[in-house]
Order: sequence, then C-alpha cells, then structure tokens
Amino acid sequence: MRIVPFLVSATLTAGLVFTLNIQLKLGSTKAPRLGYFLSPQHGFWKNAEKVNSNFDASILANDLKGDVDVYMDDRLVPHIYADNDEDAYYVQGYLHAKYRLWQMDFQTRVAAGRLSEVAGADKLSIDRFFRRLGMVYGAEQTEAYINEKNPVMKATVDAYTAGVNAYLKQLAPEDVPFEYKLMNFEPESWTPKKTYLFLMFMSYDLTGKAASADLQLTNTRDYLGYDLFDQLYTNQQDSLDPIIPIGTKFAKPSIVPVKPLSSDTVYLKKMPIVDIAKLVETPEAPDPNNGSNNWAVGGTMTKSGRPILASDPHLGLNLPSLWYEVQITTPTHSTYGASFPGSPAVIIGFNDSLAWGVTNAGRDVLDYYELKFKDTTQNEYWFNGAWKSVTKRVEVIKVKDSADVIENIAMSHYGPVMFDAYYQNPQSNGRNLAVKWTAHNASTGVETFYQLNRAKNIDDYSKAIQLWKCPGQNFVVATKTGAIAIKQQGDFVARWDRQGDFIMPGTDSAYDWQGIIPFEENPMILNPARGFVSSANQKSTDASYPYYLGTASSFPLYRGISVNQQLIGRTQLTAQDMQALQTSNYNVFAQHARPALMKFVEMNKLSTEAQRIVGMMTQWNLYNDPSEKGITIFKLIWDSVENAVWGDELAGSLIPLTEPESFVLLEQMIRDSNFRVADDIRTKDKIESLKDQVRLGIEKATLKCLALEKENKLSWEAFKATRVLHLTKTPALSRLNLPIGGGEHIINATRENNGPSWRMVVHLTDEIEAYGLYPGGQSGNPGSPFYDTFIDYWTAGKYYRLLFLPKEKLKQHERTKWHIQFKKAVA
Amino acid sequence: MKFILSIVLVALVTYAIGIYGNLPWWSFVVTNLIIAIALPIKPLQSFIAGALGVGALWAGLAFGIDLANNHILSTKVAQILPLGGSYIALIAVTAFVGALLGGLASLTGSFVRKPE
Repeated sequence: MRIVPFLVSATLTAGLVFTLNIQLKLGSTKAPRLGYFLSPQHGFWKNAEKVNSNFDASILANDLKGDVDVYMDDRLVPHIYADNDEDAYYVQGYLHAKYRLWQMDFQTRVAAGRLSEVAGADKLSIDRFFRRLGMVYGAEQTEAYINEKNPVMKATVDAYTAGVNAYLKQLAPEDVPFEYKLMNFEPESWTPKKTYLFLMFMSYDLTGKAASADLQLTNTRDYLGYDLFDQLYTNQQDSLDPIIPIGTKFAKPSIVPVKPLSSDTVYLKKMPIVDIAKLVETPEAPDPNNGSNNWAVGGTMTKSGRPILASDPHLGLNLPSLWYEVQITTPTHSTYGASFPGSPAVIIGFNDSLAWGVTNAGRDVLDYYELKFKDTTQNEYWFNGAWKSVTKRVEVIKVKDSADVIENIAMSHYGPVMFDAYYQNPQSNGRNLAVKWTAHNASTGVETFYQLNRAKNIDDYSKAIQLWKCPGQNFVVATKTGAIAIKQQGDFVARWDRQGDFIMPGTDSAYDWQGIIPFEENPMILNPARGFVSSANQKSTDASYPYYLGTASSFPLYRGISVNQQLIGRTQLTAQDMQALQTSNYNVFAQHARPALMKFVEMNKLSTEAQRIVGMMTQWNLYNDPSEKGITIFKLIWDSVENAVWGDELAGSLIPLTEPESFVLLEQMIRDSNFRVADDIRTKDKIESLKDQVRLGIEKATLKCLALEKENKLSWEAFKATRVLHLTKTPALSRLNLPIGGGEHIINATRENNGPSWRMVVHLTDEIEAYGLYPGGQSGNPGSPFYDTFIDYWTAGKYYRLLFLPKEKLKQHERTKWHIQFKKAVA
Repeated sequence: MKFILSIVLVALVTYAIGIYGNLPWWSFVVTNLIIAIALPIKPLQSFIAGALGVGALWAGLAFGIDLANNHILSTKVAQILPLGGSYIALIAVTAFVGALLGGLASLTGSFVRKPE
C-alpha cells in the first residue's frame, strides 16, 4: 500500500464528498447540497416527469371502508367517486399530498411560525411575528373544540389526514417534491392541527391586515392629530354603491354599542409620537388588495331563465396555486370546485342543486389593546383599577443550525401580548400591545364548506354559513330552483364609531368589545327586485345600518360600482356574458377621475411634453387593456398628484404612515375645488391651490412617462408586469411579465402579483354548465407539464368547461384520461 | 481488459446501489473504492475507469430523463444554479460532478494494492 498517495487521495475524496454534501452559499441564499441535488437517482432529476406520463394507478389502502374510483381528466382534475364521505376525504387528502405536498407543508410551517426550522435564523423575526400573533394558539383552540364537540368534523379531518399520511408512507426518499431537495429539508407527517393552522393562515390573509393597519392608523393619527386625520382618512364615501342596495331597511339592533365617555380625550386625541428607526423584518402584511368579486343574476336577467353565479377571489398569485380543482361524489352529495390543499371539502364551487362563492367582507375583527405592566416581569397589568395577572404561554422555535428560541408570550384577557419589551417593530412604537382577534376563538369553519357542499336550498345555505366565524365573507348563492342571495357572515364586533380603528386603551373595560352581532342582523338580501346580487369588497350597507363597519380604507369602492353598473338592467345574459364581465378591463375609477382631474388642468401652463402626455391620457378609451398606454399615464399622473397633495402632510415621519385612499382625493375634487389640504405646508410664503398641485403632479409624472416611453415600457402590460410567483419567490420557478390587463379598481383585478386566483362561472341549468380556471396547474411539481398549464389561458381571459358528471358518464367522457383505483386492503 | 471491466463494474454497481434511495447519494464512493481494491489497475487508469463509469452513467441517466421531460425542469434548474438556462450545461455539470468524485474514489482504492 502506498500510504502517502492513498492518504492524499482519500482526503481529497472525503473533502469533495463533504463539500458536495453541504449547502454552499449561492448569492444571498443557500445552494442545495450539490452532489445530492445533481445525482440522477436521488436529486432533482427524479422530479423531471415524463411529458406523456400515465397517471393510471392501483393503490391498496388499509384505512378505507370501501373502494374508491378516481378518474383524472385531461387537465389532471380528479373526479372522486366514493361509497362514503370519509373515504372521499381520505382520497382527497391523498391526492392533495400526491400533487401538492411541499406547498401544504411550507404554508402550514409559515402559519405555525416554523420557517426558521427549515430556512435558518434569517426567518426568525417572521416566525416570532406569527407565534406572538397567536396563530398556533388559535389553531389549538379549534382543534380542542372540534375533538370534543364535533365528531363529524373530527372524522372528516381525521380521514383527510390519514389520506395525506398514506401517501407520505409510500413516498420513497428520492421522490420527495423538488422544493424539499432545493431547500434541503424533509416532509413530515400531516396532523389535523396543520389543517387548522392552514385555515388560520387564511384568516390572517383576509383579516390580518388590521395587525399592521391599526398600528399605522394610530401612528398617522398621532402624527397629524385627529381632526386632520379624519379629513384625510374620512369614512365618508359619497359614491358608495353598497352590497345591500341603498334604502333597504334594517331591523332595530339588539346591541347598542356605547362609546366610552373618555374616548374624546383618551382615544381620539393627538398623542406624542416617538420615532424609532430600528427596522425589524416582519412578514409582508396581507395584501390590502386581497379581495374578490362575486355576483349572481336571477332568471329574469338570463336567456335560459335560470340563475348564473360568478365568483373570483383575488389573492396573491402563487405557484403552486392556493387552489386545487376536484370533484367529490358520494351517496350523500356531489360537488365540484376549488379546494385548498391542506383542507378537506370544496371551498368555492357548486353541487347538484346550487352554486356558491365568496368575497372578503373586509370588516375589522382584530384589535390592539395597550397594556400597562406593573414591572419588567410583565406578570401583571393594570385593568379597571386593579392589577390583573397574565398567564405565560411558552413556544419553542427551532432554528436550523442554531439554538432554539423560546418565546414567553404573556396571555392577557384580550389575547396574546404581541408587542412588549421583548418584541417590537417599527410601527409598534415601544408599546405593550395585546391582540384580540376573532380568529383566536375555536371555529368550525370547515363545517361551513362541508355543509355547503351538500346544501340543497337557501335554508341549507343559511344553516351552513351560520357556522362561519372568521374571516368574515360575503357568501353568494344561486340555486337551480331560481333563488339568488348574498349574506355577509362572520363574527363581527358590534362597534361604536371608530372603535378599534386605532390602538385602544387596555386599562378600562369601557373599551372592550360589547358583543358580537347576531347572525340575523348581518346584512343579507334574497331575490332582490333589481334581479341580481353582487359584492366586490365595498361596504356592505349604507350608513343606516346600525353598526359601525370599519375604516373606509378597508372597503374599495370602485369595483363594486363597476359590477353593478354593468349588470343593472341587463337581460338575456349567458355564461359567456358573465365571463366577459369577470374579465372586463373597464376602469370606472378613471371614468370619474379623469374628468374630475381635467377640471384642474391648465393646459396652457404645461410644458409641451406634458401637454402631449396629457393628450395621450385624454385620448385613452378607459380600458386597462394590455397594450394601452393611456392607463399607465393616467396612473402615474394620478399617483403623482396624490403625492403632491398629501406628501407634505405625511413627510417628516420616520415611521411609515398610511396614505389616504384614492377615493378621498377624487371625491374632494368632485365636491369642492377649494380644499385646504392642497396647500403645501412646507412653503410658508404662498398657498398652493389644487390647480398648482395638479400641474406639479403632471410635470413630475411626465418625466416618468418619457423615461418609460424611451425604454418602450409605457404599455400597461409592460408597466404592470404581472407575475405568478413561486412560493419561494425563485424567478426560474415563476411566470413573469404576463401580457394581461386589469388592475386596481378593475373587475379583472389583476395587479402585479395579486388578482383573480380562481375564476368560476356557473349556469344553474338542469345539467350544470360551469366554467373556471386558476392561474396555475394541478401539479405542484415544477418538473411536470401540468405545473403551470392554465396560466396562458387565464392570461388570455379564456375559460375551461368544467366536467361535472355522474360516474358512468364521466368514465366514458372523451376528456377522461386516467383511472386511479383505491382498493381496500384485505387484512 | 481489467480497465474495461472496471468501467462497466463501476457503472453497474453505482446504478444498482443508487436504486436504494435510503442510502446516501455518495454510496458509489465506497463501492468504487472496493472495486478498485478488488481489481487493481494503475492509478491513472483507475481514476479514468471510476470517472468514466460514474460520469457516463450520470450523463446517460440525466440525458434520458431530460429528453422524456422535454427539458421542462432542467431549463428551470439551469437558471437557479446558474447556468444560463442551458440544459446541456446542466447535464454536463451533472456528469462532471459524478465523474470527478467517482474518479477520486477509484484513485484512492488503486493505492491500496499494487497492480499485478
């Protein structure tokens, strides 16, 4: 043996194995373990699916009660036919795992504050945010409640869980999803708690905006003083077209919330603001544009005489998609629609008798209370003239390649103390803040969908949604028998005016929630005279509704106006008309804002270039179509004018403040041309008029337009650059620069990375005529041809006809491609 | 003859042991070492045999998978790694990594016994 060469060579070999087996740095992130990742029998190559894969399979399962047949259509949508409900949910769990395992794991890790466990200490501040917000606490409440009180839901979620785990059990290590190999972690067993965590995340996504908005509004109020604040952030919306038509009578309220006597001095006063400059990374606040459209037109308005329902939830646009299409058929029911990988049942869809859809209610169900602790132990806080004890909740955050982090969360009678001496962010401004949030309460939200999947009529629909607590939604429904309805449902706080818009004092029970509005008093309308029901996140009612709805910034105005404007008086409507409406790029905001703005434009005072740019804007046809340049110019000018008007008031704060909503300036322009906020308070020697600010805004925007024009990026699609981002934000796994129109205020609410995440149109004829798609694909595997299959169609505003058929018909259908048999294993 | 046999053995054994996904991806390092001890050839020849055996296997497997996949995944991975989105470069890198490690393992083994 040649010792020296042997040792040298052995060391080199071992060193290379070691190097290829660890995660090296790749730019700002970590590379996968290169040797493992590249190995064709272990790494990513194993995830490169054959483009002509055969998805036929026969699966033996111990936990099934009977056999289940699944037929996959040409879009890889499974049609599940089971002999009983639990078997159907078992198979739904199995298929979710088969096609979406990594995303289910990842999303629930985010919700549970367990990202650092797989991504390292970088993500610790995000984990701490979710832990302290009470995400795990809320999921635990729901789990305990369902385990104890709701055997049917427990059986449903247990069957789903067993299905996910059955898939995991047979999953060979080399076949784990691509992203596990990329990020270097491993799948773990599913649990019912993960399903509840996922639903907590949806509550956060749709109501968690208040977790930052309440802080921002408080800081803005403190910075401006309440009087100026109330002008800039007014709750008055002159042009509101509410969900429940204006003039509808509401019953006398059963709760009359009493405004605390001290509110003018303690709550609405101007407070000193302490700017802290230390920045802490927190999760991106839920997109304020998370919203949706839904509507149903009754038989009087349609060609067939039967209702048509449309629903398109606007959420972050991600790959793998939040949605997964499925048909579930058992002896008790048959339903089709979009499901959440992570949860049993269909979330938005239809069955043999009716169709339903949801939009976000936007009501504020999360408040902060400021606590006064006795001392640094944070064991007691001052409440109603006495010291009250907290309990401590210990949460352990595991961190990859680092020591565990222990969170000792003080639990007050409001809820977890999110911000205190141990956790602050730029907006919390040094305060001790407890969170009270309806999502913390045990909830049987899953059961709402479980029952909607089986609902036969308006009564069933009503019973199903009565169980719904958080996040508050507008549930629209249309039945084959011709009924249409919409109801805003959830646990909504009976609030006095402005209650909970800002941080409330946590020392006085007068500021507590005084009750939850009873189900019967939540806004609803059934078969209205105008022939249709609709919602697009606007305020649900006019001011005659006896409860305070929340800040106007939670309720976008213009999509609702646009939907109603395009539906009112229409007849002979078809499913194709509803598709056209759902993808409409008409800009109703600009319809009002452009003439309002032009009143203040003095053309002769503008530069030649600005005149040309303004000319292009006035020539624009008011459609946010992909190739239009007028909309880009309009948006840049409008934003720039807003900035000129509000910028001076907001300048100078180190803490980020909220900007006023666009309707505020527009309605001000329409109402009153002489409005004092227009003056730039930084110029002491003169008073600017709105005309001055408009001219300034246009000149500034013109420079931007010219720069874009030079780069050939003035068209709306180039400017907006819509993208569907992979959950890890990796560009190579995303779809970028999609040629699609729409945008803010538009029914086709497609913005940069947010938009119609599932478009569905259901015509309730005897044999249901349904269309739909989401911007993604049924497979979550970036190495599958089904990964992003629907995106181009979605971008083009096209729809797929959805196959909703009984087993024998579907089996024979020309679009049915594969058959997966689940067989009960014989013991 | 032993040289050719070494290449074939390395490729076959590397493939066979790779089927067991529970074993580490670098298991062929151990088997290459054993093959090089069992079939002693000159160090340079041994390195080439190990490199060719693993490299050709990895290149072949990757190429076959990639063709059947219509380059869907390789094009994406070649942007992440970053190889300019070239699936050819990615297959080459895959083969190179396998070859280098396979060669070194066989080289190490060749120093244990003198070739007869």
